[in-house]
This record gives sequence, structure tokens and C-alpha cells, in this order.
Amino acid sequence: MVKRKYYQEEIETMPVEQIKKLQSEKLVKQVKHVYKNVPYYRDLMDKKGVTPDDIHGIEDLYKLPFIEKSDLRETYPTGMLAVPLEDCVRIQSTSGTTGRRVIAYYTQHDIDLWDECCARALVAAGADKEDVVQVSYGYGLFTGGPGLNGGSHKVGCLTLPMSSGNTERQIQFMTDLKATVLCCTPSYAAYLGESLKEQGYTAETIPLKAGIFGAEPWTQEMRENIQNTLGIKAYDIYGLTEISGPGVSFECSEQGGMHINEDHFLAEIINPDTGEPLPEGEKGELVFTCLDKEAFPLLRYRTRDICVLSRKPCSCGRTHIRMAKPMGRSDDMMIIRGVNVFPSQIEAVLLKEGFSENYLIKLGRENNNDTFDVYVELPPEQFDDSVKNVTAKEKSLAAALRTMLGIGPAVHLVPPKTIQRSEGKAKRVIDERKLHD
Amino acid sequence: MGIRQLSVFVENKKGSLHEITDVLAKAGVDLRSMCVADTSDFGIVRIIANDPQKAKAALDASGHTANIREITAFAVPDVPGGLAKVLSLLEGRGVNIEYMYALITSEAGKAYTVMRTDDTEFTEEILRSNGIEILDESHI
Repeated sequence: MVKRKYYQEEIETMPVEQIKKLQSEKLVKQVKHVYKNVPYYRDLMDKKGVTPDDIHGIEDLYKLPFIEKSDLRETYPTGMLAVPLEDCVRIQSTSGTTGRRVIAYYTQHDIDLWDECCARALVAAGADKEDVVQVSYGYGLFTGGPGLNGGSHKVGCLTLPMSSGNTERQIQFMTDLKATVLCCTPSYAAYLGESLKEQGYTAETIPLKAGIFGAEPWTQEMRENIQNTLGIKAYDIYGLTEISGPGVSFECSEQGGMHINEDHFLAEIINPDTGEPLPEGEKGELVFTCLDKEAFPLLRYRTRDICVLSRKPCSCGRTHIRMAKPMGRSDDMMIIRGVNVFPSQIEAVLLKEGFSENYLIKLGRENNNDTFDVYVELPPEQFDDSVKNVTAKEKSLAAALRTMLGIGPAVHLVPPKTIQRSEGKAKRVIDERKLHD
Repeated sequence: MGIRQLSVFVENKKGSLHEITDVLAKAGVDLRSMCVADTSDFGIVRIIANDPQKAKAALDASGHTANIREITAFAVPDVPGGLAKVLSLLEGRGVNIEYMYALITSEAGKAYTVMRTDDTEFTEEILRSNGIEILDESHI
């Protein structure tokens, strides 16, 4: 059997002019749908003096107002919903800037569209019907597991819904069922690789041939390590819950940037300070507009990822525009063990628990895993002379942070005034990980 | 009754203890006993001093976290098994000891000990009713 090269060849290799025409048609419809059904965005458009009649195609995109993460907080929980709730079949969720989570809604159409995007990513990584796909992303509110799971179904692969953690079981299923494609965070792939090596497996005896790794930044060096240890080709994948989930863009066999699924998501690069669109090839903030989503169709959503787009032809045959790996953030969001964390979320917990807002976050890497330490000053009135009471406070604060963030830091209480005050904007984060090339 | 103990919360790093003792020296505070409990992050320095109020004021003024609490101090005969006997009394009544350390003794034949338990009043009552001498600040 000849392996297929594309999941949806006609769309994935569509001539650029045709893609743009398709995008224009979809954009006009999408703007009408949002204007009609999302009062919050209608107000934003009205304030800017734009109506759906002003939008004739993608050349008019710049006229539309941006949506920022703060708008999603403002409209929580259903203010951005564009269809009746009864038409929705699923939610997914991600952390927001101040603890209030972002909830994204999906109709069956939206799920199908998202699954298709993930199916394209899987086929681009060499997966086909006879493959066994081990999905070791978390399942649940996090989009990683459900997204790749759905994509794998679409391709017709045998899907192992492993979710994250329990490395022993991961290895057992991988080797017993001869998994050929692994989907997880790059950190976890590296960790699995080390564990397999310890158990005597080599690149030759590990059944995997490809991996799709995303949800956190990783370097070329990490890619090479993972490829060598697991004996696979490692593919990058990008996405965000606000837009759908993983599969907004994905790497092909060229491993030279991620093709954006342009028939569904229109990408722009803007100057993060002025909001002005930048010409192709310039570095700036990535902005996405959903083109044919029903339930949660965000228009001009500012991702805060700093990125570059390229329309250079790709030898894989796909014509869709490619984005470079994000090179950083234009806000203070951190990605820790694949989870989005904002310093403001940590502040909110500290204040609620009676601590001062003087704290320090230290991020590092140990055994291919992120270390996450939070140093907090103990208010004098909370000091008690027994070690037991101080460590109990550390533990309960760590638990409160885990509840808020979804991942647990190690909390260290320190005496007041030992955390350095800096002039002006406080330096809250020391990130010693090397995440970008 | 009992005696007042000063506790100081410090970072577990080089020089922390010296800094504390230096502040107290400059304030003219005389130390009678000291004990340090530490974890990898922080330490708690417990001090019995001649003037705990003055010591706390000096530490507060220099930006340290200090507090004062009353703890139990008692004298036991300085013979093998002297302390064990006291501890068995407390254990028998279900009293938990948080920590304990020795004081400098000015009286021959006696060992002075300070301890914090989960119930100070009850502890002192047990000790007293068993003829164990409870110390107050005039002893130190």
C-alpha cells in the first residue's frame, strides 16, 4: 500500500491565490456570524466604526478590532459564545491571566475541524491507518490529549489514550503494542527516552518511528537528543485552546517551520506595541483569526507569541504559510511542564493566603523536566517558632498554588526583605531554562 | 510562669547566625542559651537571653523576623536518667514535645532544660505535681 502524503491533499496543496480567495470568502461569513451573535465583539466593532459590510476579504482584516486575553476574562464564561449553548458538545480550558480560566466551546463541526487539523499533522509526520499512535499528552480540560486523540481517529490509527504520567505503563504499552507514533510534550518525550534507555532499549529496539511534540518551547538541541535516543523523527506542533488546540500549525518532513492550517486560521504578524500589521518575514506578535468556527470564533486574537511567517515554497508540496517556532512572548506568560502560568495567578493566591506580593519564581531544568520553585516572604505575624508550623505553611501554600495553576511548585518561605527589590518593575521570574535557540 | 524565649526566622545561608548574634551584641544583650533548627531553606534560631524585649526590639529594628513566646524551663538532678524520668512522665500523660534544649546551669548538681510542648500549662502542672522544679526568669 502506498502511504498517503497528505490527509487532505486538495486543501493542503491548494495554490496560494486560491487559498486567499477561500480565506476571503470564509472571513466575510465569519465576521457576519460573530457580529450577529457576539454582542461583546459587536460593541468592539461598533466602537471602531466597522461593520460586516466593510469586510470584503482578507485585505480588510486590519480594520477589525483585536481580541486580547483580557477580553476573554471579561466575557467569562459565555460572553464570546456565538451559538446557543445547546449546540455545543464540548468545552476545553486553559489558564487565564488572573486565575480565571479561559473556556473554549466547540460544536461538533468545530471538533471535526480541529480533529482534521490534527489528522493533517499526523499524516505529515508519516502516520497512516496501520500506525499505532500513543497519545501521552494529558487528557481532560487540556487540549493536547483530546486533539491528537481525535486526529488519530480520523486517520484511522489504533489510538492509545495513555494521557500523561505513569512512565512504567507508558513503556509497557509502547513496547507491547508496538506504538509507532508518540504524541506528548518534548520534555516528556525526552524523559521517556531516558527511561527506555535505562531499561536497556536502544533506538533500534524502540518501535517508534515518529513523534509529535508540542505545548511547550523546545530547542533544536532537544530535538536532536530526542531523535537520537528514540530513533525517530521529531515533529513540532503548535496550537492554542483559544483558537482550537494543537494542530493550528504543524511541521512536515522538512522540519523547517510549521504549516498553518490556513483554510481555518488566518495568521498575521503585528507590532506588539502599536498593533500595526507587519509585512511577511518580519518578526512580531502572532495574531489568529478563525475562519469557519461556529461556537468560539475569535477574530484577530493576540497570541502574545513572538514569531515570523514565511510564504517560501516548501518541498513537501504543502502551500500553506509556515510559522517559525515562537521565539518568546510579548507578555509574562511562562510555560512550565506544558502548562501556561502567569505571575499574576501566583500573586492572586499569595494575597488570598495572607502573604505579601514579594515573591520570586525560579525555573530550571533537571532530568529533562522543568523545576518550578516559588520563594515567598513569610510575614512576621505568621512566624511561629516551630519548624513544623513553617513547613506546614509551605505545604499548604504549595497546595493552593497547585489548585490554581494545575501544576505544583516547591514553595520556600524566606524571611521578609530577603527577596531582592528591584527598581521599577519587579523582577519576579528567573528562568534558567534554555528554551529558545 | 515559664521563661521567655526569643525565636528568629533566618535564611539558611552563610552568615545568618553571625548577623543575628551581632545585632544582639550591639544591643548589649547577654545570651544564656541558643539552639538552631534548620531545613534546607530556612532556620529558626531560639534564644534565651537576659532581656528578650530589648533583643526583639533590636532584631525588629534591623529588619529581622522575631517573636517571643513563653516556654517551660525546669531543673532536673544532674544524674544519669534524670531527664529520662521527666520525659517518661510527660509521655505517660500524652504530652508531645516540639523541641527541647539545655540551658547553662549556675547551680551545681542541676541540669536546666527548656522545652516546648503542645500544652505548656498541662506540662508545667505535671512537672510540678511530680516535684520537679520549674524555673522562672530569676534563675537565668
